Amino acid sequence: MRSTALLRKIAQVVVAPLIALAIALLVTSLVVVLAGNSVSVFFDVMLTPPSQRIWVNIINQTAMLFLAGMAAAIAFRMNLFNIGIEGQYTLASYSGALVAGMALFPGTLNILAALVVAMAVGAAWAAIAGVLKVTRGVSEVISTIMLNSIAITLVGWLLNTYGDQYGQGRRTTPIPESSQLLGLGFGFFDTSTGGVFALASLAVIVGVGFALVINRSRFGFDLRATGGNEAAAIASGVRVKKMIVISMLLSGGVAGLIWMPDLFGGADYYGTPFQSGLGFTGLAVALLGRNRPLGVAFGALLFAWLSVQANPLGLKADISPSVVQITQGVVVLVVVVVYEVVRRWGAAAEQRALRSTLETAPAGGQA
Amino acid sequence: MTTSVESGPGGPALAPSGGIEVRGITKRFPGVVANSDVNLTIRPGTVHALIGENGAGKSTLMKILYGVQKPDEGTIAVDGREVHFSSPTDAIKVGIGMVFQHFMLADNLTVLENVVLGAEHLYGIGGNARVQIKAISADYGFGLDPDVLVEELGVGQRQRVEILKVLYRGARTIVLDEPTAVLVPQEVDALFANLRELRASGHTILFISHKLDEVLAIADDITVMRRGKTVGEADPATATKHQLAELMVGSELPDPETEESTVTTTPMLTMRDVGLTDAAGRDLLTGIDLTIHRGEVLGIAGVEGNGQAELVETIMGMRRPTGGMIDVGGANVTRWTTRRRRKLGIGFIPEDRHRHGLLLDAPLWENRILGHQTSRQLNWRGVIRRRAAKKDTRRIVEQYDVRTPTINTHARALSGGNQQKLIVGREMSGDPVLLIAAHPTRGVDVGAQGAIWNHIKTARREGLAVLLISADLDELIGLSDRIQVILRGEMVGEFDPDRVTPQELGAAMTGGKGGEQ
Ligand SMILES: Nc1ncnc2c1ncn2[C@@H]1O[C@H](COP(=O)(O)OP(=O)(O)OP(=O)(O)O)[C@@H](O)[C@H]1O
Ligand SMILES: [Mg+2]
Repeated sequence: MRSTALLRKIAQVVVAPLIALAIALLVTSLVVVLAGNSVSVFFDVMLTPPSQRIWVNIINQTAMLFLAGMAAAIAFRMNLFNIGIEGQYTLASYSGALVAGMALFPGTLNILAALVVAMAVGAAWAAIAGVLKVTRGVSEVISTIMLNSIAITLVGWLLNTYGDQYGQGRRTTPIPESSQLLGLGFGFFDTSTGGVFALASLAVIVGVGFALVINRSRFGFDLRATGGNEAAAIASGVRVKKMIVISMLLSGGVAGLIWMPDLFGGADYYGTPFQSGLGFTGLAVALLGRNRPLGVAFGALLFAWLSVQANPLGLKADISPSVVQITQGVVVLVVVVVYEVVRRWGAAAEQRALRSTLETAPAGGQA
Repeated sequence: MTTSVESGPGGPALAPSGGIEVRGITKRFPGVVANSDVNLTIRPGTVHALIGENGAGKSTLMKILYGVQKPDEGTIAVDGREVHFSSPTDAIKVGIGMVFQHFMLADNLTVLENVVLGAEHLYGIGGNARVQIKAISADYGFGLDPDVLVEELGVGQRQRVEILKVLYRGARTIVLDEPTAVLVPQEVDALFANLRELRASGHTILFISHKLDEVLAIADDITVMRRGKTVGEADPATATKHQLAELMVGSELPDPETEESTVTTTPMLTMRDVGLTDAAGRDLLTGIDLTIHRGEVLGIAGVEGNGQAELVETIMGMRRPTGGMIDVGGANVTRWTTRRRRKLGIGFIPEDRHRHGLLLDAPLWENRILGHQTSRQLNWRGVIRRRAAKKDTRRIVEQYDVRTPTINTHARALSGGNQQKLIVGREMSGDPVLLIAAHPTRGVDVGAQGAIWNHIKTARREGLAVLLISADLDELIGLSDRIQVILRGEMVGEFDPDRVTPQELGAAMTGGKGGEQ
């Protein structure tokens, strides 16, 4: 009885995203056909077994998307919509790179200092929205969107004004060699072209930490209670305003880490290598993974696969790689619907299972 | 049913209709059979009462009749014709309307707007609708003004708006889930007068109640449910309360009467000149002075909406008083947060269990933690002690007879009375020194009511101070050592429960005359 219930639950969790993915791929195929291209070539490219180098790429992307998804999930769990992850990690990445480039401390200490600064900046930027919400009643959706444009403009201006000239553009001072982390190969990948970012491990730490804090700690209980029933949470002694500010701080702090693996694992400075857009994708990944670490990990892997595998589309099939953005968008839209359908289907299956087991049980008895 | 819509709400001329025949209804939920082969005949033009212990399946049956839930098996026939509902819209089409225990009215809209909302196709939204509403209101003695804002109405009037809403939609059968639980006796009398009018005009009424006096006073037929089955019928003309209780839970009727006084001279809760105003500056509470000693139960009598909720929320720290002082066990807590106050050992049974007392989509054992997050028993240095929480939830389920498949069941899946029992059990845990109890036995069956009273009496003997708010005057008079009356946010009189009668209390609550003192 217990194991079948568990199986059903797993089916629900896994089946929904898979159905959503199937529908999304169908829509994408349609677009590919309408654009006059071949679907079979499209799938050929997308499903080509990744080479070692591509695998490393996918893993690295997964780690960063996972961090972005976790940042979103922390706020989502409290019914807060932190749309501002994009701005928070942009500003944080710049600040982290700036501090790391100053090389105030030797080697590893320098990395730690940069991580702390990045988290602090991300947290502070997110906290602005939190404070506005609790003191002025400003919706965090509106304020974070505005803070996004401010952050991006601000970083652009800072870089242009204080950055080092480098080629056509500007950049922050590259981090000292002693702070550059070698890629990991796990005895499997060839590390000569990079390897897995050492700081991808941050994703694991954040994921485990999230699960522990949310599910096991009193703070996590308060947070979930607030998300579930705010009035009851208040009556239970939760100070909701304080919780809003704290969860925005945490969300922004995690957002600050998003690009750090890349900074210390290959980019070396903030400038052209900076990858924007992870913050917005993180929202989708959190939605796909239902704000749970394992789900978000799956969502991050899926999105990373789609975007990395799509890169050669232009070369090999004359299809714009951005076509996978359609897939990603549709997955998120469809998954919301499919979750509900699968939930109902699961409930119906449960009813049927019950009928057979309870037929002989005494009526009204508590099974 | 179309005829009733066209001819408007019934003048007494209409022939009785809306009789319902339920055959072989079965409904299963995970781990429990809520209805098992239920048969029920509701004669047209009668008031039919459905009684039974908590979790017997009464609400489930009503929801099936109203199309909110689908039966697994069985049939429903209305006036001899078999019907199938996939939503409440289908039920209202054949003339069945339901009033839920939790009212579903928009406060910031007028009576007219609330009634018309979603039924604009019937009489429009203007003059026609107003005429119609006035006609219904006059026919059944509701006395409702269509243009008054709902937020200005008391509970009894709101309930009438809900009933008016279903009549407006042409209902011939009206289903009411525990309509009297939130009403004080005068309002119950008024409701019953309305129901009699409705019956006289040929409507059929089906209602659930745990209050057996009321059932005997108004019902033409009584059906008793137990463990998902209809186990018997009773004739209100001959049956007694005791027989009904016996049929329902197989036990004696409990008595709230407390034995010898255990009141001490140590004050546990003291409020001095506490005032509270709303955002617009209107007074919600004025000059509240009260003291509750260790081992004392102070009853607060009042019609709902006269400041009880605000009083409770002020004591719990959910609202900031605009003046005055609150002292709990010698500590001036006026500026303390809710959590800090709770740590002193204040138990809190809220009046609205769904809003303030439960995480409906969390398992029971997590609900055990709610409000007790800082308890030593349930957390260790900020880490939730899951095992201890589960163990203690099992204890509550056992001691308070919470009917549930498991402690991992979500709170939403419990029947109303069982949710209440869980909350009471939780708030009595960890030896509280002060219990703020708003309607502690609301919605629980007579058996559980007695058990809860006993738990409170026992704790009181050991020094628990209780602030008791209740619409049930027997409970209030029986349990309290002193009773104060609240009216429009002010304490207007004090009574000795040994000498006061429910009639006197009732008069004071509606502003009739002051207390003794
Ligand atoms: N949505 C649901 N999911 C699972 N179980 C449910 C659900 N609704 C009701 N139940 C179960 O069905 C049984 C009957 O519940 P119901 O609400 O009909 O009882 P009731 O007679 O109205 O009790 P009460 O007097 O406490 O209101 C209970 O055991 C309850 O736990
Ligand atoms: Mg019920």
